[in-house]
Amino acid sequence: MSHAEPDAVLLEAIRDGDPDAFDRFVEHYGDRIYGFGLKVCGEREDARDVSQETLIKAFEGLKGLREPRALRSWLYRVASNACLMKRRKGKFEPARELSLDSLMPRDPEAAAFEIPDVSRVPEGEAVRNELRRTVRRAIGELPAHYRIVLILRDMEGLSTREVAEALDVPESTVKMRLHRARLAVRKSLEARGAVDGADATEGAS
Amino acid sequence: MTAHRHGPGEPDCRAIFERLSEYLDEELPGEWCARVDAHLEDCGPCRAFLESLRRTVRWVQDSTAPPMPDDVRSAVREAFERFRSGTG
Repeated sequence: MSHAEPDAVLLEAIRDGDPDAFDRFVEHYGDRIYGFGLKVCGEREDARDVSQETLIKAFEGLKGLREPRALRSWLYRVASNACLMKRRKGKFEPARELSLDSLMPRDPEAAAFEIPDVSRVPEGEAVRNELRRTVRRAIGELPAHYRIVLILRDMEGLSTREVAEALDVPESTVKMRLHRARLAVRKSLEARGAVDGADATEGAS
Repeated sequence: MTAHRHGPGEPDCRAIFERLSEYLDEELPGEWCARVDAHLEDCGPCRAFLESLRRTVRWVQDSTAPPMPDDVRSAVREAFERFRSGTG
């Protein structure tokens, strides 16, 4: 599988001007960048534009990159910027901050809904699909600069340092945004359970 | 047994609450890690909250996206060709 091709080999092919380097690059990173665009932007059309712009721009930029370790950060930097530009062209959304206080549980003793353990909810169960929808919706409702951090860290598997490099922010900012984004998703999962938790948890235990 | 009242007004709970993701990700400095461990041993509500956060992260990690559709792949290649030939 081409997915096994190490970044160092791919980078060398790109720098050497290998004629099939772009196809290999798309083969290797196409799915990930399309998926990232879809998760961040939420629309197939936007994900298509982000893929196109990112893969071409990143490919050209990578010719000057010396360090294979920096490839992923570079690629997601280009992709994140493409997603943010897409949003700016759309409806105006002022940068909203998530306050820690609003995400703290008011009365933890009275938690009405226990979030199921994903590994204990069988594939195909209605509750699994419903929780997935809740998670997707909660992620979609996050302010963009929190959403991108959550997706890069928890879905794309980048390290704190790689995200900091990709977004050009300090590692402390990445950690702060990640924590608040996770708390907001947790709150949505809990709120969903407060509405219909009794039905939802039956299939999960 | 909970030796203190858990809640937003409790300074230790609040301090721990702020660091729980770093704790889960094993990115806390050693002294902080020991402090969180000690607190969790003593505070059931914070333990339960941590578990709910851990489960939330797993639900997020479980969310996947479909692969790039063939028509998008073709569009990317065509756009690259246009870019290469200077007409893009």
